Amino acid sequence: MAYEPVIGLEVHVQLKTVSKMFCGCATGFGGAPNSHTCPVCLGFPGALPVLNQRALTGSIRVAVAVGCKISDKITFHRKNYFYPDLPKDYQISQYDEPLSEHGHLKIKISGGEKTIRIKRVHMEEDAGKLIHEEGGDSSFVDFNRSGMPLLEIVSEPDINSPEEAYRYLTDLKLLLRYLDVSDCDMEKGSLRCDANISIRKKGETGLGTKAEVKNMNSFKAVKSALEFEFERQVKRLETGERIVQETRLWDPDREITVSMRSKEEAHDYRYFPEPDLVPFMLQNDLIEMERKNLPELPGARKARFASAFGLPEYDAEVLTQEKETADYFEECLGFYDKPKIISNWLMGDVSGYLNAKNLSVRNSKLRPQGLAGLLKEVDSGKISGKMAKDIIIEMLDTGEDAGVIISEKGLAQISDSGELDKVSEEVIAENRKTAEDFLKGKDNALMFLVGQVMKRTKGKANPAVVNRILRDKLTKKQGEEDA
Amino acid sequence: MDNLYSLTAGELLSLLDKKSVKPEEIIESVYSRAQSVDKKIKGYIHLDKEKALDQGKSLPAAGRLRGIPVAIKDNICVEGELTTCASKILRGFKPPYNATVIEKLKSEGAIICGRTNMDEFAFGSSCENSSYYPTLNPWDTGRIPGGSSGGSAAVVSADEAIMALGSDTGGSIRQPASLCGVVGMKPTYGRVSRYGLIAFASSLDQIGPLTKDVKDAALLLGVIAGYDGKDSTSVNIPVPDYLGYLKNDVKGMKIGIPKEYFVSGMDKEVEGSVKEAIALLKGKGAQIVDVSLPHTEYAVAVYYILATAEASSNLARFDGIQYGYRCADPENLLDLYERTRGEGFGAEAKRRIILGTYVLSSGYYDAYYLKAQKVRTLIKNDFERVFESGCDCILTPTSPTPAFKIGERVLDPLSMYLSDIFTISVNLAGVPGLSIPCGFTKNGLPIGMQLIGNFFKEEKLFRIAYTYESNTDWHKRSPGL
Repeated sequence: MAYEPVIGLEVHVQLKTVSKMFCGCATGFGGAPNSHTCPVCLGFPGALPVLNQRALTGSIRVAVAVGCKISDKITFHRKNYFYPDLPKDYQISQYDEPLSEHGHLKIKISGGEKTIRIKRVHMEEDAGKLIHEEGGDSSFVDFNRSGMPLLEIVSEPDINSPEEAYRYLTDLKLLLRYLDVSDCDMEKGSLRCDANISIRKKGETGLGTKAEVKNMNSFKAVKSALEFEFERQVKRLETGERIVQETRLWDPDREITVSMRSKEEAHDYRYFPEPDLVPFMLQNDLIEMERKNLPELPGARKARFASAFGLPEYDAEVLTQEKETADYFEECLGFYDKPKIISNWLMGDVSGYLNAKNLSVRNSKLRPQGLAGLLKEVDSGKISGKMAKDIIIEMLDTGEDAGVIISEKGLAQISDSGELDKVSEEVIAENRKTAEDFLKGKDNALMFLVGQVMKRTKGKANPAVVNRILRDKLTKKQGEEDA
Repeated sequence: MDNLYSLTAGELLSLLDKKSVKPEEIIESVYSRAQSVDKKIKGYIHLDKEKALDQGKSLPAAGRLRGIPVAIKDNICVEGELTTCASKILRGFKPPYNATVIEKLKSEGAIICGRTNMDEFAFGSSCENSSYYPTLNPWDTGRIPGGSSGGSAAVVSADEAIMALGSDTGGSIRQPASLCGVVGMKPTYGRVSRYGLIAFASSLDQIGPLTKDVKDAALLLGVIAGYDGKDSTSVNIPVPDYLGYLKNDVKGMKIGIPKEYFVSGMDKEVEGSVKEAIALLKGKGAQIVDVSLPHTEYAVAVYYILATAEASSNLARFDGIQYGYRCADPENLLDLYERTRGEGFGAEAKRRIILGTYVLSSGYYDAYYLKAQKVRTLIKNDFERVFESGCDCILTPTSPTPAFKIGERVLDPLSMYLSDIFTISVNLAGVPGLSIPCGFTKNGLPIGMQLIGNFFKEEKLFRIAYTYESNTDWHKRSPGL
């Protein structure tokens, strides 16, 4: 009997605001433990939360972008549970009146697109971080992360394979980066994902008993954990066992999931409306402003790259995979108007260099104007395409202009026909046999002669010019002889 | 000049204006008074004369409270000073910041003169739930001063402070003010910033003044009131010049008398005094009308669901991790939590945490918390209807009885909870309430009446209270200490 998995994902993203969700503390990653803290995010007695407007507008932007219906009223709830990283022993979150509900995200799957419904997008605050003493029996708490603004994006159980889950995460991340609301860096914890998975026989529509899987620290880990969990659940049903509702942890070393707690041990969070934050009505123009200011989203940008710049679909896709790459590409276009050539360079030599150095194009030293300058030098014939491949590495390393590198290293191509004339004469004189072969119709013979000129000029000759000079000279000679 | 301690802030400020007294003389006078009488009253938890004298050395010239010693309830944070809510679980806790009201007092030159005793975390109506010691009523030291701001009421009554701040969640300023014979006001919810007030029930708590007369209450509220960007529940409405409303004139003002507050079986002396006060105001030209607040009977039940629910969450942070008391040698995290809280909280705090946890639990939430929220709205509507009908104020007794004996209600929490039966509705509705002395029992115990106003209409209460006070001399009596 064939089974299929039914998967829903809960994604937490840290919003990229200047200050925390309910206080003025800085949100920057890193910093000495407990250096970005104040009485509010430390949960000191008497301290009170005040909502950061930027966290609200960023959240609205995401909700609008995934087509959610946004609530008229903003209310927060307290989620009560004891844990040392939670300084108030409750988390300010949203519960039965979330910011927004009923959205969707289109993901790419083999053979087309699939729409994954989004159940809700809501705001909450992050907790601190426990640091356990290595080999000792003490634990420490770093509250720098406490009170950071989080957005929880919950999908409906519309995902039917680990691969789809991977695509969903990739496309969601792309969208969030385009919206410029989060770094979505799973390693730094600015994106976290928990997965709910159950299985059913193919063709059925009901839902089985689900397990919640936590502790995945990359998209790949999410995929692997879901693959494992699918197999585990299938095996249980096939051997006549029941699936129990529980929370399971992904163990990346052993590549298995292990039970953390059963449904019976689940917390009773005793949600109730947060009395320190009075519910307020959301101004419609705030929502409309976010809707109006929504940047061009990845799908639309890809289509535009293909239609407006005549790029192949593949190029358009690759260039729009990161917002900054796409922005960079368009900046280059401002200085140089051949889109396909820019695309070739960005996708080829530039991306090869960046990948090797683990850099993004923005924090490399190559500026759009610089790249355009290099390409113009190639067009003018001053340098060859082959020379440009070396020069661009230098530019990426040093940030120097192409023109400066060319003149400093004496790399300029010889296009001066006077000099090339002389060398060409010499080469023809020394290779009479080959010259005659050419005149007899052997085109390859000309290539040999060009190669000889290139050798004598140490590669600096402009091959196109040499080609023309040699051809002219030889045909002229034949004309003279024929005459 | 002697007996400076017995004067009001208003009187002292005019002496300071005339330069006939120096701030340090006031401080000296108040401290020597406290030194001699607090042994009997035990209103203070911490007193630091040197710090007070230091504060007196650099006072803002135009400060509205320059040089006036103000006692602070032990649940309002003062930077670097012990602030413990009279609880063992906060022993040794020194907040790293000032409550907004403390900032405001300091900027007007007030002297923070000491921390007053209270029921632990403001849970109680007698001050007997303090983890330090009970405070005693200056009028009869065999009796309680009321609570939870019993320390603040007692030290003002006993002239150990010129004025004091308390907090009021269900009557915790007004009831002890009534029982100690002083003026106490709970402002409209949102009128005074709660930033730095250690929360009991966030949707009910307000900080307010306890003073020797109405003028001082108006003066002190004028200083501490106002919008605060650090408290999302504070309201951005300008603060009126309360002192400007203090006129001996209530002609044409309409005062509602709710029948639900005058029931058979209530204390005869309390009833008599309040009725005489009504007659006095009528004689001064006020219009007296019968009104009804039909949902009054549900107030205590609603309050003990909502207040405990919020308290159970607000008190979760006292877990032994960051600050305050931690049990010795915990075996593991759960043991740390259980023993820290088991050893750190007193019986009443535990009772309320358990109650509040219960009413929020899944399966019970709808029947208790949600239902109570709905009834709370009905109670609020009751008040709104009365004020929409044109009443300027509602007049009731503050407490159903005068001060009761120490120990009398300790073993019967329900009878203790009923001490606040006349004050609780005001917090649930969010409207302001003021208690003012209106007589004495034949045993010499103070009786107070309560004036309840419309949202952000504290000035009307001051006007009526000032008129009443100007035509009586209850406020001039002192306990013989």
